[in-house]
Amino acid sequence: MQFALLIYHSPEEFAMRKNDYSDPHLGAWRAYYKALVEAKVYVGANALELPETGTTVRVKEGKRRVQDGPYADTKEQLAGFIILELPSVDAALEWAARCPGASIGAVEVRPLAPEAMRRGFTG
Amino acid sequence: MNGSNQEYTHRTIERVARESYGRLVAYLSVHTHDLASAEDALSNALVSALNHWPQDGVPKNPEAWLLTAARHSLIDVIRHQKVVLESEPTLKFLTENSTETTLSTQFPDERLKLLFVCAHPAIDPAMHTPLMLQTVLGLDAARIAQAFLIAPKTMGQRLFRAKTKIRSGGIPFEIPPERDLPERLDAVLEAIYAAFGLGWDDMAGADQRGRDLAEEAMWLARVLLQLMPGEAEVQGLLALMLYCEARRAARRDAKGRYVPLSEQNPNQWSLPLIEEAEHHLAEAFKHGRVGRFQVEAAIQSVHAERARTGRTDWTAIVLFYEQLLRISPALGTRAGYAAALAEANGPAAGLAVLESIDTEAVSHYQPYWAVRAHLLQRLGKTREATDAYDRAIGLAEDPAVREFLLHKRG
Repeated sequence: MQFALLIYHSPEEFAMRKNDYSDPHLGAWRAYYKALVEAKVYVGANALELPETGTTVRVKEGKRRVQDGPYADTKEQLAGFIILELPSVDAALEWAARCPGASIGAVEVRPLAPEAMRRGFTG
Repeated sequence: MNGSNQEYTHRTIERVARESYGRLVAYLSVHTHDLASAEDALSNALVSALNHWPQDGVPKNPEAWLLTAARHSLIDVIRHQKVVLESEPTLKFLTENSTETTLSTQFPDERLKLLFVCAHPAIDPAMHTPLMLQTVLGLDAARIAQAFLIAPKTMGQRLFRAKTKIRSGGIPFEIPPERDLPERLDAVLEAIYAAFGLGWDDMAGADQRGRDLAEEAMWLARVLLQLMPGEAEVQGLLALMLYCEARRAARRDAKGRYVPLSEQNPNQWSLPLIEEAEHHLAEAFKHGRVGRFQVEAAIQSVHAERARTGRTDWTAIVLFYEQLLRISPALGTRAGYAAALAEANGPAAGLAVLESIDTEAVSHYQPYWAVRAHLLQRLGKTREATDAYDRAIGLAEDPAVREFLLHKRG
């Protein structure tokens, strides 16, 4: 079964990679990625740009509403995600604890919707 | 009532709750087999104590007071369960013994039976430790969940299921018969050591939760030793935990950085704890029944010697590991053996031990990769060492360990 690890960063953490993309935790992230691949649990992953580069769109009663910044006005913002193939949520929590994102911010573990439901979306 | 008095009352309640929790739960559940109801009844009694003691003063025998209050609460609970006919004998037991035990300060200590119930083979081994922490020590599900890295709600459900099984699964509240005792006791010791291990691994800098759990585990071992003074392995386990605990302060430097055992300053080890460990280990050996925990404690005793001699006798450690491998060839033992052999006979000898381990078995096992990386580096195999360091870093959970390994990888 597949799980998403949703990685949240604080503004301070985002600030650290602002200028030259040299994330101070790069070594830890690379090693983590390697461990995921070697353990044969890695499905996919990606990192997101800074929250302030986001734009939020809503269409209400036929009218477009466009807003600067991310959807949720919270201190910690989504910074990236990893999709893993694992037997149980216990294993997913173990991998979340090893994620460098867990010791510098927070990692939410969320199961992907069942495949039948996902197929319903994609047709 | 003034503030300091109130504080005294609260402290007393806390102390009595801590010291008596397991005894009261064990006594209240030994006939009903219903741990959940016993715990509910006891927590009602504790709430009642918080209401009454500040006004009426702390009773002369707080434990007996709690027992009486819990018993009344339990009678209510059982009456509400509407299984009156079935629970008639229980009610009779609860009411008949009421006055007698309230008057006497002593009531039988049934905690040993409770420990054996928690580690019963019919219960999922993963639940042995959580059950002990909850029923004997009174830790709540949320705190146990944290240590086990499980969502609090999930841990609550698993504990509930385990207790249901204990209540209706015919699991006996008894000390196992002689022929089953070694195996059953082993399960109890494993569960206690698992609690200690969680506290040990999770010690991240200022984080208190690790330390707390290690202390709870040592408390459990002391209780068990008091109940089974003749069991060598019980004493061996206590010695093992004391040796490790003695080094706690030395595991981080002033800046919170991880310090491996070989680089620790023995002046920072706790001598009183080491002496206590030595006493227990010597007592355990007198029984002449060596087991896994005694040998593990013996390995730690050789490390502790460095405080006196300034050096580590790796040959002795290798011999103890070889003995340990014959008893239980666990993954951790084999990794430890490889590290010790490398110190005694050179990195190539250690690496050969690691190579004999099935790689599938260690794909998630961090200590294996840390030892492997270290040995490859010592052999000058830089590229392979970097690979192994990456695995060890990627599998590390403690940020201090991660930093240490990143630094060593270079």
